Amino acid sequence: MKAYFTRTYTISASHRLHSEELSAVQNRAIFGKCNNPHGHGHNYRIEITVGGPVDPATGMVINMVTLDRLVNAVVVARFDHMNLNFDSLFAEKVSTTENLCIGIFQLLAAEFKAKALKPAILEKVRIEETENNFFEYSGD
Amino acid sequence: MILLTRRATFSASHYYWNPEWTQERNEAVFGRCANRNGHGHNYTLEVTVTGVVDPVSGFVVDLKWLKDVIEQEVLDFYDHRHLNLEVPEFANTIPTTENIAIAVWKRLEAPVAAAGGARLSRVRIYETDDIFAEFRGEWSEAGH
Repeated sequence: MKAYFTRTYTISASHRLHSEELSAVQNRAIFGKCNNPHGHGHNYRIEITVGGPVDPATGMVINMVTLDRLVNAVVVARFDHMNLNFDSLFAEKVSTTENLCIGIFQLLAAEFKAKALKPAILEKVRIEETENNFFEYSGD
Repeated sequence: MILLTRRATFSASHYYWNPEWTQERNEAVFGRCANRNGHGHNYTLEVTVTGVVDPVSGFVVDLKWLKDVIEQEVLDFYDHRHLNLEVPEFANTIPTTENIAIAVWKRLEAPVAAAGGARLSRVRIYETDDIFAEFRGEWSEAGH
């Protein structure tokens, strides 16, 4: 029997959407005010969804404490109150929330594998950049 | 096919406790949730049904009917109750958010199907704004 558990984490970070492959004019045209040289910031709401069977002993898909420890170590400690553009994840990629979503999924998926959290698996990472913008990645 | 979701809220108390474990182990695994005096939440329930749009009414289901079904099958049993002590399905099952999602599915699946035209697609339950569990009727699947 498969169920899904989701928990939200919040980070505050700055970024600037800018591609080295584009001219200054093109960057401004594509990214608009997100290309502001000094960057800007968001409170990102990150939803982590874990799927798997419900353990009959605990009634849980995954212990929230285990998930908190993992996400705090791998995601929150790394990105909270940071400038995303200076993170190695964005050395060659634009720090869009699409790329942040994929990056966080991959970081966590590797930890799920390494820590043998089976049968629980990482299902989805969903990030709200603002109330009106959100992004999802499920490892496709 | 279209998905239609109705939201409802209820307030209930619960605790997490596995009677086969020692107090120490329960406290180690469940932390503050193992407090036997219980604690409570305002739960938000989202019930999603799927079906074809009736060409006459333009409805998948009548939302007033769905509201009544949720009230009669779920809220009348859960709202302002202690889930462990007063709701039969949690007498021997820990009322985690995951298990509540599954229990609500069990309560609603037959009544929704019996009405014809729609079937239950998803039950999502928020324990807080930042925590929710979902069940989609995947009884046999144990992961990918």
